[in-house]
Amino acid sequence: MNSLLDIHDLTVAYHRKPVLWDVDLELHQPQLAAIVGPNGAGKSTLIKAVLGLVPLASGRAQIFGEPVARVRQRIGYVPQRESVDWDFPVSVLDVVLMGTYGRLGWFRRPGRDEREWARECLEKVGLAQYEHQQIGQLSGGQQQRVFLARALAQRADIYFMDEPMAGVDAATERLIFQVLADLRAAGKAIIAVHHDLRTVPQYFDYVVLLNVRLVAAGPRETTFTPDNLRKTYGGRLALLDAAADAIAAGSGAP
Amino acid sequence: MSTAVASRQSFAAPQTAWAWNEWWLLASYLAMSLALVVIGLEWVTRPAASGVPRDLAAPLWTIAVGSASAASCAILGCYLVLRRMSLLGDAISHAVLPGIVIAYLLSGQLTGWPIFIGALVLGVVTAALTQGLSSLGRVSEDTSLGIVFTSLFALGVVLIQGWVRHADLDVDCVLQGQIDFAGVTQEFYGWQISRPILALLPTLVVTIGFVALFWKELKIVSFDPALAAAMGVRVAVVHYLLMAMVSVATVASFEAVGSILVVAMLIVPAAAADLLSSRLSMMIAWAMAIGIVSAALGYVLGAALDTSVAGMMAVVAGGQFALAVVFSPRSGLASRWLRNLLLAVRITSEDVIAGLYRAEERDQATGVSIELSGVRGESTRSGIDEHSASPFVRWLASWRIAHLGWTAKDRLGQARLTDAGRTVARKLVRAHRLWETYLDTHFDLPRDHLHDAAERMEHFLDPELQAELDAELAGVATDPHGKQIPPADSAVDSSSLEK
Repeated sequence: MNSLLDIHDLTVAYHRKPVLWDVDLELHQPQLAAIVGPNGAGKSTLIKAVLGLVPLASGRAQIFGEPVARVRQRIGYVPQRESVDWDFPVSVLDVVLMGTYGRLGWFRRPGRDEREWARECLEKVGLAQYEHQQIGQLSGGQQQRVFLARALAQRADIYFMDEPMAGVDAATERLIFQVLADLRAAGKAIIAVHHDLRTVPQYFDYVVLLNVRLVAAGPRETTFTPDNLRKTYGGRLALLDAAADAIAAGSGAP
Repeated sequence: MSTAVASRQSFAAPQTAWAWNEWWLLASYLAMSLALVVIGLEWVTRPAASGVPRDLAAPLWTIAVGSASAASCAILGCYLVLRRMSLLGDAISHAVLPGIVIAYLLSGQLTGWPIFIGALVLGVVTAALTQGLSSLGRVSEDTSLGIVFTSLFALGVVLIQGWVRHADLDVDCVLQGQIDFAGVTQEFYGWQISRPILALLPTLVVTIGFVALFWKELKIVSFDPALAAAMGVRVAVVHYLLMAMVSVATVASFEAVGSILVVAMLIVPAAAADLLSSRLSMMIAWAMAIGIVSAALGYVLGAALDTSVAGMMAVVAGGQFALAVVFSPRSGLASRWLRNLLLAVRITSEDVIAGLYRAEERDQATGVSIELSGVRGESTRSGIDEHSASPFVRWLASWRIAHLGWTAKDRLGQARLTDAGRTVARKLVRAHRLWETYLDTHFDLPRDHLHDAAERMEHFLDPELQAELDAELAGVATDPHGKQIPPADSAVDSSSLEK
């Protein structure tokens, strides 16, 4: 059986300083997975390395048992919101349409079908009435939802998301999570960098704990433990207390 | 706590008819510029004596050459500006010099496509060297760009001085161009044609073709290169194709306007267009228009003032950029000032009638009449109008109040709320007190922090948000200061006022 995601002995270095070191990770079933770790742990880099956006010092990453370059159409990506210029002269619909570019290939323009599909994706994130707006006029939470709609437009089977819930309010966070849960229910895998330890138990069913090296990875119930978190975060007590509270709350939840 | 209220991120999402607006603006800009150019040409080409025929061919050819060059540069410049690579255009336009010289030394001619190939190679080499140098580490991208292009340009100068001494290729001509000769025509398949146009027109066509063909690739690579790469778009290929096109446009324009002005035409119209448009297609249309108008108006002004035509083209481009900074609909100084003024007038006029309403409320029993001037003291508690409203704003505000019929003079000549004014004022006071109550019940704020926040919020609470607040507060009748929250329904209100 091919594994969904197979990261083997992955090392990434910037100017000879390792950012990721010997990371091994295998995912066999579609999961709603959170990558969790302190600042500078290489969370975003892990995603970028898998997608081939940063050079690898060693190791390899395969998706659906194939090199990433051969399955790009089945991969969706949500970069960090800050990674683009929101003053760029494009409309909300234009940005969502970019999600369809991968399947169109060179030279073909998005047509009526793609537009319909992009509108459908906007509908799913509750932004249908904003399609003509210039993207800079949106709030942070709305911008994050535009990125999510664009990922939906990619019609992928596995999604990598870099902090899809960063800087959004509680209502938007729930909406985004609902979209992720729907994807998961449709058999898609989602691997998201997540910054808020308190909401991990609420939203995710699989956890990857990362601090340059892989600390632990597995189902949330068995992996997201105070012990593993201490190994990941070192001795930062305030954070650990918050996490412990979250775990306590999460274990009581259905 | 209420996420229903806190999650509201924007108050209104008006559907703007952007396309109609922006095309209309562009069309009127072009019409105005055309009128200016025609008047200018009329003046510049007036015959010295009566009976002498007017010579329009040379001026029109010069404008055509300048326009073709400016248009190609402006289109490509849009992508440079959007990708924050303005300096790379500058660098390439200088660094192609050794390519031109080497191509000239090999082929022995200054026109035709050996020159283009030489420049193209050097353009791509510049982009590649810059990236290579900075990825080797220890040198930042802008530094490596500075190193690469100055070195290559210097190499070109050395080559010219050392080996090309007697040709009509010299450093001055590269820097300043020879647009003054653009009016000189020559026979081409039976047509009288200006020579530079033979290189510039195909360049313009190729540039437009390039952008049309790679439209979506250029767009996604410029907006979100990470996603583009993740999708399998060849980001590097698109990048080097763009750099190659910039080299071609640069070389084609050299002869006409010179390398310094090429830089201006690459960056200035595109930067101005960026301020004026909210769509990429619109931005490119604006950039071309501004580039062409710069060429035409630049020629007219240059000829009228008897100075460097190419220089004047760049000056006009710069002037247009300044105009764009002031009049940009999205972020321009003028539109921002106007928006702020309108908002200030609205807030001030609303503060005045809200103050009248409060005074009415207070003085109901005694029936003492209220003066507008006295009311100001009431609303100053907020610190809004005394501190920020200038006499001009207050004058406009009182005009607005009169215009909307919110107040009327009574027998003693004093301002009183009309029914219409009272309805608006009641809504404001209601919004104010609702917000105070909301803050008081949902956040642990000291009482004296409530009023100022509410004084600002009252102008921005729309009915929808008020309804949410209502649901949230479910039947609270008085604000934290013990004042009655006016009901939304006017019938109830007027009867309570009558008492």
